[in-house]
Parts: sequence; structure tokens; C-alpha cells
Amino acid sequence: MSAPCFHCGLPVPADADYPVRYRQLQQHTCCAGCQAVAQTIIDAGLDDYYQHRTEGGRQAEALPAELLQQMQLYDNDELQKSFVHLESEQVREAALMLEGITCAACVWLNEQQLRRLPGVLTVDINYATHRARVRWDNDRLQLSAILEAIAAIGYRAHPYDASRQEALHQKERKQALNRLWVAGLSMMQVMMYAVPVYMAPDGEIEAQYLWLLHWASFVLTVPVVIYSAIPFYRATWRDLKTRRAGMDTPVTIGILTAFFASFWALINRIEHGIYFDSVSMFVFLLLGGRYLEGMARRKTGEATERLVKLLPAFAHRLDNWPASRDSSEVAAANLALGDLLLVKPGETIPADGIIRDGQSSIDESLLSGESLPVARRSGEEVVAGSVNSASPLVIEVNRIGQGTRLAGIVRLLDQALTEKPRLALLADRFASVFVAALLLVALATFAGWYWYEPARALWITVAVLVISCPCALSLATPAALTAATGHLAQLGVLTARGHALETLSKITDVVFDKTGTLTHGRMQLLQMQTFGALDNSAALALAAAMESGSEHPIARALLAANEAPLPALGDVVNTPGQGISARLQDTAWRLGRPEFISSRSPTIPADWPAAATCIALGHDDEIVALFAIGDQPRAEAAAVVQQLQRRGLTLHLLSGDAAPAVEHLAANLGLNHARAAATPEDKLDYVSRLQQQGRRVLMIGDGVNDAPVLARADVSLAMGGGTDVARASGDLILIHDELGRLPATLALAQRTMHIIRQNLWWAALYNLLALPLAIAGWITPWLASLGMALSSLLVVGNALRLIKRDK
Amino acid sequence: MMESLYLLIPMSIVLVFFIGVLFWWSTRSGQFDDLEGPAHRILMDDDDTSDDDTPPAAR
Repeated sequence: MSAPCFHCGLPVPADADYPVRYRQLQQHTCCAGCQAVAQTIIDAGLDDYYQHRTEGGRQAEALPAELLQQMQLYDNDELQKSFVHLESEQVREAALMLEGITCAACVWLNEQQLRRLPGVLTVDINYATHRARVRWDNDRLQLSAILEAIAAIGYRAHPYDASRQEALHQKERKQALNRLWVAGLSMMQVMMYAVPVYMAPDGEIEAQYLWLLHWASFVLTVPVVIYSAIPFYRATWRDLKTRRAGMDTPVTIGILTAFFASFWALINRIEHGIYFDSVSMFVFLLLGGRYLEGMARRKTGEATERLVKLLPAFAHRLDNWPASRDSSEVAAANLALGDLLLVKPGETIPADGIIRDGQSSIDESLLSGESLPVARRSGEEVVAGSVNSASPLVIEVNRIGQGTRLAGIVRLLDQALTEKPRLALLADRFASVFVAALLLVALATFAGWYWYEPARALWITVAVLVISCPCALSLATPAALTAATGHLAQLGVLTARGHALETLSKITDVVFDKTGTLTHGRMQLLQMQTFGALDNSAALALAAAMESGSEHPIARALLAANEAPLPALGDVVNTPGQGISARLQDTAWRLGRPEFISSRSPTIPADWPAAATCIALGHDDEIVALFAIGDQPRAEAAAVVQQLQRRGLTLHLLSGDAAPAVEHLAANLGLNHARAAATPEDKLDYVSRLQQQGRRVLMIGDGVNDAPVLARADVSLAMGGGTDVARASGDLILIHDELGRLPATLALAQRTMHIIRQNLWWAALYNLLALPLAIAGWITPWLASLGMALSSLLVVGNALRLIKRDK
Repeated sequence: MMESLYLLIPMSIVLVFFIGVLFWWSTRSGQFDDLEGPAHRILMDDDDTSDDDTPPAAR
């Protein structure tokens, strides 16, 4: 009966008996929670889910009474204010964040489940963001019923405040898309009018039709100039205010001169001055590149909003402790200083506080990077966002809201983002020189011709400005970056910010985080040894059974390593910080620190990893089995470190973990600079100091505690499996956590820079050739357009070399 | 013959503006909000199992 659970795919324990009927067949699930969920799904006629899903479901926990009680709290009008939109008194709309969505079938399942509820008006689930918008009739249905319906099929829904910030992003995105549409449509149609004009020999098209075509081009170019190109004007204006010239300055000059000169030529019927087609094509190509870049950035999500989700929405407040331990549920937002809270095992601590009663081990890995839970007892502090992993605690709240450690990290993050040093981008530096030179040349041309032949002076100057219109120059960088970004995406690296590739080619130092970056970031059973009675698999099964109720990472490591059915146990007792005892048949077994089992210290085999935690299993003062549990370095870590060192980069290890584990890893991988027990502030300091020495730093990390330093580093790489906040502050995202892609990414960045430089030189060369012709007055619009198209094609073609060839 | 251009060119302009408005409308109404979900959704067999007393989505 060791078939995996029908619902979640985890192994089914030997003594479990939770059958469900699915299409005339008896199927087995691993626990009452999964059984209830599977039964609900099948009874609702939604069993298609099991046919279509591509990933197993989450193991479902039976819904405890408190959770239902908490959901009721969401019906409170006062609380709903922050996240519910009232259409009328009855019709309400809320945004929900869904947890547990693994594939498209989940989206379908949730939608169907909600649509069946009488009173739900519309449901709309976005697969990309895992967010749902639900409208319901409050007379017929309460919000808690919606949340319960989602919980009944094994998912969790958290209402969230679709803040104004997000609405703004949404609006910006739609506007960018609209601008692109307008420019694209206009470009296509204007080209249609322009091609016959270019193709036909002079005088073949009768003047009236020629001017009709020109006027039509004008009508279609106007929306591009007054709507699509607005982002360029804004950027130029910003640059002008700070007295710099960025890449957008020549773009704006180009667009405006070409447009107004063409317009002037149109009303005065000057035949050699119409360049409308160039204007719309130019704007479309540039906007297209920008839109793609923006899309990649949005994929990585918003930082701060998600950090707040780390905190639970509710807390159990003890109203007259110590007289009674009765608790009431309150919204975490309404907590006050001095409140006494009960935090149960497995729960996230809702506010910073001091332990008043109980002792437990607390998992702070998200905040500090420390991979093992730390023991905390009465009188010690706990921080919001960490997880209580062993036994119940009573804490007194001493910091809430903006005062908490977590909020502090958010502020650090914001601050680091604003202070991030920006390399002056190559194209921008080029641009300022270019603009100056261009304006000088144009001025000189005008002066020269004015003195020589005043009638032609204006037109030749316009031709000079248009032909040197930095089409090729402005495309040089974006084209190469877009091509390289595509190649990187195939490698499994997502580029979230445009400057990343350019900066990446200039780095001198690489700073690694330890847990989750160089290591897998989760505890694994590394080695085990048995003495006497039990064989390996029986000992492991027993240990896993004893730990099966625990949330501790060590428990999870044992459970994950076990493949055999779990034996049934009695009298399970957890001694925090020590271990677990339980009864199997007539033997009282103990599992935990070696001291917990036996007064004699065990002989640990010499080849065991030094940094691993040693866990013993035994009974009656006798150790029967030893387990080494630790976090293992990724298989490719050592090779990556060597390759980077061969590139001449200085490597650093910066971890919130304790010294022995950090030093051990640094020695193993050959990292010279290692720093242990670093807080987020320490990390930020360390990197800032490197930067002050003129080093360019690449930071690689995954945790909340890494987020500020990821934001601060010159360029940063976040692990895709890391926290949302880390991903949002990374410039590049490693999608499948394959550290081995790093050297290839660096190599590609360097090639990209090489191609950008080539492109810039090509563009400059083209201008050098074309300018004298324009200055001499030999350029016709036909020739100008051909020249511009050719130079642009050359630049784009060169950039295409960055695209991956094979496959 | 060539006079037809006086009709065709304005028509093409009107058409472009019409398509532009169409795109504007589709962006506004959220057609581009989720570019992945619908591709998966179409693979599901029975797409609407909502019971009849649920009022149709009012707008």
C-alpha cells in the first residue's frame, strides 16, 4: 500500500486508511486532510482536475477550528475596508492572493469551485500572478464562505490590499502597450504610402496624388509624435533639468526635427523634405525594445507588498493571561503594544515581542539567513516573520507595524535601491558627446550654407539633422541587449533591469550568500550509521515517524529521506531543544541530541561532514542510530567558484549563518573572503565598503535578509527559488536555481558589450560617411531613407549574432 | 482610375484609426492582462458548470 497519495503524491503511511472513490476505483490518500479535499473535489463534479493537472497538489491539512474562526473575522466590515471595494452596499469586490497554485488545472478548479457558490457574481483568476478578483453579493454570501470554499479544495486565499501602487503599475503598463500599438499601426500604414513614392521614378506620380500620399502620412504620424513618443520627451526633459544628455536627448531631437521639418515641407510644398515614415518607424522600434524590457521586469514582481504577506493576518490574543489561557482572534493590524499573544507551533510570529512564557526553537532563516532554528526561552526577544517551530509561546508585543525588524528591512531595501550606484551607461556617455558634436556640425552647416547660398541653408541643415538622426546609434544598444536577453532567458536567466548586462561585464567582485545560494538551503540527510538491532531503513522509518508531527527542518529532512511506511507510535512527547520520545510496542525510544539519549558521547565516524548536525536515535541509554543532517552545497558550486576565479574575480561569502558552518563551506569551495553571522546591515556595509574601494560588485542571494544588499550591489542575481522580495530586488533572476549558468552569463555579458561597442562604432562610421554628403547638399530623401535603413539593419543584424544558434 | 485614390487613402486612414481604437479598447478591457492562463484554460473540457441561479456577470 505504498502507492503515493492520490491527492498530494506524498508516500501513504502504512497505518493510514483514507480511501476516496475516483471513477469507480478505490484510491488512497495520506491523511484526513487530503481525503477531505479529494472528496470535495470529486463530489463537486470537478474530478477533471485530476486528469488535467501536471503537478501534484499540496498536502492538505485538515482545517483547524481556529482557522475557520479566523476566516469569520474577515466578514467584519471594519477589517474589510482595507481590501474590499464596495460597488454598492451589497455588491463587493476583493482581491485574493491564492496559495498552492501549481498548474493551470488549479486555476480552473478554483474558478469552478467559486462559481458554484450562490451569490458569487464574477471570478477572475490571473494565472501569471496567482491573484483572483471575486465579486459577490453580500446579502447572499459572506467573504468567509468564499475563503472556506477555497480552503475546502486544499488552497489558501489571503485577501490583500490591491494598493494604489499596483493600480498605478497596471495603468502604466496599459499605456505603454497603447503607445506601442499606435506607433506600430502608424508605421505600417505610413510605410505603405512611402514605398510607392520611393519606388516610382521622379515625376511618375502626378503631383496631386504625391501630395495626397504625403498628407495621409502626416495624419498618421501625428498620433505617434504627440502620444507614442511622450516617454522620450519626458526622459529628455528630466535630463535637461539635471544638465545631462542621455540617450533620449538625440532621440527627441531626431523625432522633433524630422517631424516639424517634414510638416514645414508639406505646407510649403517642398519636395525633398518629407520624412514621416522615418519618424514612426524609429519610434516604434525603440518603444518595442522598451516594452520587452518592462515586461521582463514585471515578471519578477513587486517587492514591498509581498514582504507584508510574511506576517499572518491574525493573532491569538490572551486577554487575561495568566489567569486563563483563553485566546481571542484579532487582526494583526489591530495589535497594540503590551498585548499578550499566543503563538502556536508552526505559526508565524505576528509582531516583534518578548517571550513571557514557554521555550521553543524559532526559525529565523527568512530574516537572518541562519539555517538552523535557534532556541529561545522566556525573557528573550522574537521577531515578526520568524516561525515558531516547536512548542507554544506566550509573547508580549513590544514593536508593531513600522517599528518591527521586518519593516526595518523594507526600509533598508528602499534606501539601498535609491542609493544604488549607476554605471554611466556606455550609450549614454556616447550620447552626450554625440549630441554636442551633432549640434555643432548642424550649426556650422547652416552658417556655411547661409553665407554661400541662403535659400538652401535651412533644408540642408534639416537633412544633416535627419540623416544623422541617431537611428542606428539609438538602436545599437537596445538591439544588442534584447538579443542577449533572449539568449539568457534560454539559459534560464531572466533579465529584470536593462543595465544588468552592461554592468555585469565590468564586475570585479562576486559576493555569495550561503544558504539557498551556494547550498540547497534545506536540511538533508547526508549520512547515517546504525549500531546493532535496526537496519538503516527501519531506523530511518522509526525516526521519521517520531518526527512526523514536527515542523522543524531536521524533521522534514528525516521525513523526506524516508521511503518505508511509518510505524505507528504512542506517547509522543516533544522536549524543546532536546528531542522527542515515543513508545513503539514496549520500547521507549528517544530521538534528538546524543546527550538526550545517552550519557556516553557517541563515536562519530571520521568522514562525516563537520558542519552537519548530529541526531541520535536510541533507547535505554543506548544509541542505536546516528544521522548526519545538514545543508549540502549545490553540486555545481565548486566548479562555478573555480571558473569565476579563473576569470580573475574576487569571491566573497557573506552569510547570516554561524561561523563554523560558513568557514567550513568557504574552505571547501576555496573562497578566500568569508564573513559569518552577518545581519542585513552588516551585509550592506560590507558591500558598500567594497564599492568605496572602487570595486564593482555582483551579489548573489535568495533571502529576505539579502534583499537590501541585492538592491545595493552594482548588479545582483537572485535565485528563482528564493523569496519574492529577493527576486524583486535582483537585476537578474536565475530561474531554475542553476548556479552553473553563472559563468556562461558573464561570458555572454562580455560578448554583448563587445557587440554594443561594435554597433556604436558602426553607427559613428555611418554618420561620418553620410554627414559630409549631407553637408555638401547631395542627399535626397530617398537616399537619406536608404542610408538610415541600411545602417539600422546592419546594427540589428550584428546584434542578432548574440541569439543562440543551436536548436 | 487614379481618382479612386481620393477615396481609398482616406478610407485607409479611417481604417487605421478604427483598428487603433479597437486595440485601445482591448487593452482597456484587460485582454492583455493574462497572456498565459487562457491558453491552458481552453484545454479543460467542460468550461462552465456554474449553476443556474448564479446571475450572469453584470457589468
